[in-house]
Amino acid sequence: MTPSRALSSLIGFSALALSSCGGDDSVTLYSGRGEDLVQPVVDACAASTGLNIVVRYGDSAEMLLLIQEEGDNSPADVYFSQGAGFLGLLSADGGLLPLDESVLSRVGDDNLVSPNRDWVGITGRARTVAYNSDRLSADDLPASFADFTDPAWTGRIGWAPTNASFQDHVTALRTLLGEDGARTWLEGIMANDPIAYGGNTQVLEAVAAGEVEVGFVNHYYLYRFLAEDPDFPVANRFYTDGDPGALVNVAGAGVLATADDPDAASTLVDCLLSDASQRYLAEAHFELPVVDSIEPWSDLPRLDTLTLPAFDLNRLADLQGTVDLLIEVGAL
Amino acid sequence: MSRSREHLTLRLLASLVGLAAALPFGYLVWRTNEYGWSGALDVAVSARSLRLLTSTIGLAVAVTASAVAISLPVAWLTVRTDLPARRFWTVVTALPLAVPTYVGAWTVIGALGPRGMLAEILGVGSIPSLYGFWGAWAVLTLFSYPYVLLTVRAAWSRLDPALEEASRVLGRSGTETFIRVVLPQLRPALTGGSLLVALYTLSDFGAVTMLRYDTFTRAIYVQYRGALDRGAAAVLGLILVILTIVVLSGEQRFRRSEVVHRLHGGGARTAPLVRLGAWRATATVGLSALVTLSLVVPVTVIAYWLIRGIRADEPVLPGVNLIVNSLGVSLLAAVATTIAAVPVVLFVRRSPGRLANVVERLSWSGYALPGVVVALALVFFGASVLPVAYQTIGMLVFAYAVLFLPQAIGAVRASLAQVTPSIEEASLLLGVPRRETFRRVLLPLLRPGLGAGAGLVFLTAMKELPATLLLAPTGFSTLATRVWNATNEGFLGRAAGPALALVALSSVPMAVFLARSELRAEQTAQTVNAGAAEPSESTITA
Repeated sequence: MTPSRALSSLIGFSALALSSCGGDDSVTLYSGRGEDLVQPVVDACAASTGLNIVVRYGDSAEMLLLIQEEGDNSPADVYFSQGAGFLGLLSADGGLLPLDESVLSRVGDDNLVSPNRDWVGITGRARTVAYNSDRLSADDLPASFADFTDPAWTGRIGWAPTNASFQDHVTALRTLLGEDGARTWLEGIMANDPIAYGGNTQVLEAVAAGEVEVGFVNHYYLYRFLAEDPDFPVANRFYTDGDPGALVNVAGAGVLATADDPDAASTLVDCLLSDASQRYLAEAHFELPVVDSIEPWSDLPRLDTLTLPAFDLNRLADLQGTVDLLIEVGAL
Repeated sequence: MSRSREHLTLRLLASLVGLAAALPFGYLVWRTNEYGWSGALDVAVSARSLRLLTSTIGLAVAVTASAVAISLPVAWLTVRTDLPARRFWTVVTALPLAVPTYVGAWTVIGALGPRGMLAEILGVGSIPSLYGFWGAWAVLTLFSYPYVLLTVRAAWSRLDPALEEASRVLGRSGTETFIRVVLPQLRPALTGGSLLVALYTLSDFGAVTMLRYDTFTRAIYVQYRGALDRGAAAVLGLILVILTIVVLSGEQRFRRSEVVHRLHGGGARTAPLVRLGAWRATATVGLSALVTLSLVVPVTVIAYWLIRGIRADEPVLPGVNLIVNSLGVSLLAAVATTIAAVPVVLFVRRSPGRLANVVERLSWSGYALPGVVVALALVFFGASVLPVAYQTIGMLVFAYAVLFLPQAIGAVRASLAQVTPSIEEASLLLGVPRRETFRRVLLPLLRPGLGAGAGLVFLTAMKELPATLLLAPTGFSTLATRVWNATNEGFLGRAAGPALALVALSSVPMAVFLARSELRAEQTAQTVNAGAAEPSESTITA
């Protein structure tokens, strides 16, 4: 056998061996959220709905690139994204099917649903300022998130400029403060020599170690550290009352226009909003439930008590402008 | 098979392999075209691109230079001296290759970072920062130098000491002999290994991101992940491909006289061992330091997280299916990639010329690209042209072959360079048909290169992440994707078990392979040396 024949038969064999995967009545979920978080919910939903659910895990952005690159032949039925921005992009491209009102109505707040009615928030993730509780008290923090540009904060701030949640926050700031306002704010922060980290977890570790005193993060990572070490010296400050620090982003899901069986796909999205799923995500992962009947973990604020800046989450889709701005001010 | 038919088949097969490997390149050109060439030019000559070019090339040069600086003495010590526990050092100095750089960076930060284990042990709040250029340089060097070490060691152990002895007899000093006789013979191996390290540095994402050093690859990810801008990312990717081709042309020119086989038949005698004497302790300390940083530290940090994970009642054991999946696809990748490398290498050797140069450069074109670019190119190709094969194991193995082809090519080429053509000619003269000659004469002679190439591809495929995440069948997980998933959400304890399994499963086959080839070399040496002068008395003292 020549080398090329061996190669092709090898590939052919493997293709054959796998073509049996994924039969009827199955839903393919592309998840931008991690396996440790999502798989237990998926297993529960498979049991309660009888669906055969297969999941591909990856980075939210890469899963969206994958869907775009696959085009009409995408095997994906449902996309579960870490943030609203990616869903907004997909929605703007006409890549999502409208969701049933019965699914959408599970969510109490209309702000957590796509204005095009084609994706729905699954959990809320508040942006917070984490501070080292040994060195600072809540009163030491500025009254507004906008005031971290004060030179008094030089060398004391940690952030994660490549992180999607941070970038979503900057996109929100561009809307809330205007392009110039957002640029001025970023330049002010940059003048304070913030230390850049790869992600929220590293920012929190740095805050705990006193390498920096405050960090711009998502709220829930802290509680994972506290679960392992109750003396972890970090606390969260939630900004409210329409402050630019008060963005609540949502992890959300939508049914793709290429879905083979939109009804089955919609059943999965519905199941992610079931009481059992919401309770699990709230209690095991400290995210904020979007369904009114489920309470957040411990003393975390309910989503409906966080006064949010009037803001349309679909606007988070202007990702390019944010990346350009961050490159321009030297943050990326 | 007649000579011309054989030539035609070879040409066809090599061109096919080259074309397959060029798919990512083609995809980038297409995307850039869609983006618009004038816009692309703006991106390419922007101040940021020029800064990235300097920082990326700077890192690649520094990492390659230090990999060579580590590999030459280590190779000499383990091949040519009476170093104590020589076989042990031979194996463990190659093992850092089994540690993925994203795990390596993660453990080096965990151990030596401002809040790491060392700071905790010393009881100090912070130690000098390792972020930025120096951190990226150190991590990439520590976990990629074995690419140079393995190729140089292999070449050095097959050098005929007669040339060096002649040089010494003619009055050259040891240093002069090394520079004028040994180094030129090691050159193909050195350049081959250096090329792998340099291009690996260009494509690395994990280490530079965790250690915060800005390179082209990081910038590509920023465009993809931040802005979902495939156009701008494609332009940056295209610059990387052009950079690769420039580096490769330089290497092709440099290696033009790469014929290092002996003119007469028969095997080379093994060289007498240099007695280290008082230097044995120094050598052992140096090697220990190297292995501590590149192997002991990562394994210790992973073990520490494992213990923390067990204490917190996290699930720590990797599933059997993960192990089977990782081993299975990596083995398939090793076999397929090595088979694909053979026609390219033979074609370049037998019909050097413009087509051969093009085929060779195309085969390397994807190697410096970040995995996500290659993966997206194949997603596009697979979903639109070959939907039947899309997201199958076959497609994943194909992606690995495109990504890692150069590793196999380099190893097979080094083997072929040492084959004396007259052996093949003798077989043909004796009336053995070409096909038989290929099977019975050439293939056995190429076996060390085929083995080394397959081994390298196996190791790299075990660690591979971006293509696996995008192209594997949905629901198919490997040890590498499991590690990524757990660390991504901050569950370090859950990542430790699979990470340790990944390192161990990659190490064992490599250790066995190295130990076996060492043993075989010694056996051959005994047979060859049986008729030669008594070696123990002719040893040179250091």
